[in-house]
Amino acid sequence: MQDLGIRVLFLGNNFARLLQGLWITIRISLIAVALSIVFGVLLGILMTVKNPVIKAMTKIYLEFIRIMPQLVLLFLVFFGLTKSYGINLSGETSAIIVFTLWGTAEMGDLVRGALISIPKHQYESGAAIGLTKWQVYRYVIIPQILTRLVPLAINLTTRMIKTTSLVALIGVVEVLKVAQQIIEANRYTVPDSALWIYGTIFFLYFFACWPISLVAKRLEKKWKTT
Amino acid sequence: MAEQQVILEARNITKDYGGGRVLDGVSLQVHKGEVIVLIGPSGCGKSTFLRCMNGLEQIQSGQILLDGEVITEGKTDWTKVRQKIGMVFQSYELFPHMSVIDNLVLGPVKVQGRDKKEVTKEAEKLLERVGLLDKKDAFPRQLSGGQKQRVAIVRALILKPEILLFDEVTAALDPEMVREVLDVILELAADGYTMLIVTHEMQFAKAVADKIVFIDGGKVVESGIPEKFFTQPETDRARRFLNTFIYAKGGEKA
Repeated sequence: MQDLGIRVLFLGNNFARLLQGLWITIRISLIAVALSIVFGVLLGILMTVKNPVIKAMTKIYLEFIRIMPQLVLLFLVFFGLTKSYGINLSGETSAIIVFTLWGTAEMGDLVRGALISIPKHQYESGAAIGLTKWQVYRYVIIPQILTRLVPLAINLTTRMIKTTSLVALIGVVEVLKVAQQIIEANRYTVPDSALWIYGTIFFLYFFACWPISLVAKRLEKKWKTT
Repeated sequence: MAEQQVILEARNITKDYGGGRVLDGVSLQVHKGEVIVLIGPSGCGKSTFLRCMNGLEQIQSGQILLDGEVITEGKTDWTKVRQKIGMVFQSYELFPHMSVIDNLVLGPVKVQGRDKKEVTKEAEKLLERVGLLDKKDAFPRQLSGGQKQRVAIVRALILKPEILLFDEVTAALDPEMVREVLDVILELAADGYTMLIVTHEMQFAKAVADKIVFIDGGKVVESGIPEKFFTQPETDRARRFLNTFIYAKGGEKA
C-alpha cells in the first residue's frame, strides 16, 4: 500500500494546488464566456446587417477564428504581440483574449441564427408601437433570443474549460500544469503517480463540466415548453 | 365627412417590389372619425398600401401626409409618427416573452415616457372593455387567436393614436373567433375612431365602413359608400370581384 501512487495527492498541499489550478482554468473560461456573450450578441446583430462590407468583415473574422487552431491563436497573442509590438501580456490575459475572440465568433454565429429565426413581424410590431430600432432589440428581440442562447452558452463554457488545458503551453499554471509539476517532482519516489494524478484530473474536469451540462439540459427542457 | 380635417393622406404613391409595381399611383384621404375599408383580390396591393402608411415599407414616389405634414420626405421621426398611426397585424405579433399587461405597457412607458402605474390602470380598463381583464397576467401562448388579436388591438389603442390601421386582422382566425374581434372594431367605429381597414369580410366591411375603396392591380379602381358599392358597383372589375363572394346552388354564379 505504501507504494500506491495515490499518496502523492496528499503529500504537502498537492491537492490544494490542483484545485487552485482548476480554479484558474474555470476563471479563464467564465470571464471569456461572459465577455463572449456580450460581444457575441453585438457581433450577431452586426451579422444581420445588410451592409456588404460589414457582412464580409464579420464573415472573414468568423472563418479566421474557426479555421485557426486555438493554440496558434494563443501563441500569436502571447508571443506575437510581445515580439512585434512590445506589448507584454500575462499568460492569463492572453488566454482570456484568445478565448473571448473564439467565444465571440461562436456566440455571434449562434446569435445570428437566433435573430433570423425571430419572425420579421416581431420587429415590425415593435416598430409599430413607436419603439426605436435599439429599443426593439432591447425589449423585444434580445429577451426572446436569450432563452435560446443560455443553453448554448453553457455548452460553450464546458468546451472552453476543456480547451483551457492549452494555456499551460504559454506558461499559465492551470490544473494540467500543476499536475505535471507534481508528477515531475515525484518521478523517482512514486513512479506511477502519473496514472493517479491524471486520473484525479479526469475527475476534476468531470465534476467541473458535468453540473454545467446538467444545468444546460434542465434549462433547455424548461424553456422548450414555454 | 368632407368638412372634417384630413388626418392621413396618400398622394399618388407608387411602390415597386421585386421588379413589379405593387402600388401604381394610389391617392387616398382619411378624414377624422372616418372608417375606410380597403378591399380587393389577394395581392392587389392593399396590405402593402397600409404598410407604406406607417413607414414599414418605403415608397418610390408620391407623398404621404399626416396632419397636413409630409412624412415621406426629409428626416421624419418615425417613432413619433407611429405613435399617431397605430397598427394591428394579421398574425397578432404580441411579444411572446411578456405577459399581456407588459405587452400593453411597454409602448406607453418606453416610448411616451408615461408613468407605469397610470398606464397599467388604463391598460386594465381597456382590457376590461374587450373582456379580457382576467387574462392580464397570462402569456400570449395561453390565449386563443381571438383573444390575442383583441390584446393586440388594445396595444395599439393605448398609445392614443389618431388613426388605426388594421391589416387583415381576422384572416388567421377560426370563424367563431372572427366575430369577437370584429365586434371590438365595430365598437371602436361607434366611438368615433378613425380607421383604415383591410379585410376580406365583406359583411363586416358593409357594416363598419363609411367608405369602401376597391383596389386592384395596385390602383384604386372604385370607391364609394358601402350601400352603393355593394349593390350597384360602377365598374365591371368590382362587380366580378363581388360576385366571387356569392354562391348559388350547383356552383352557378349569381
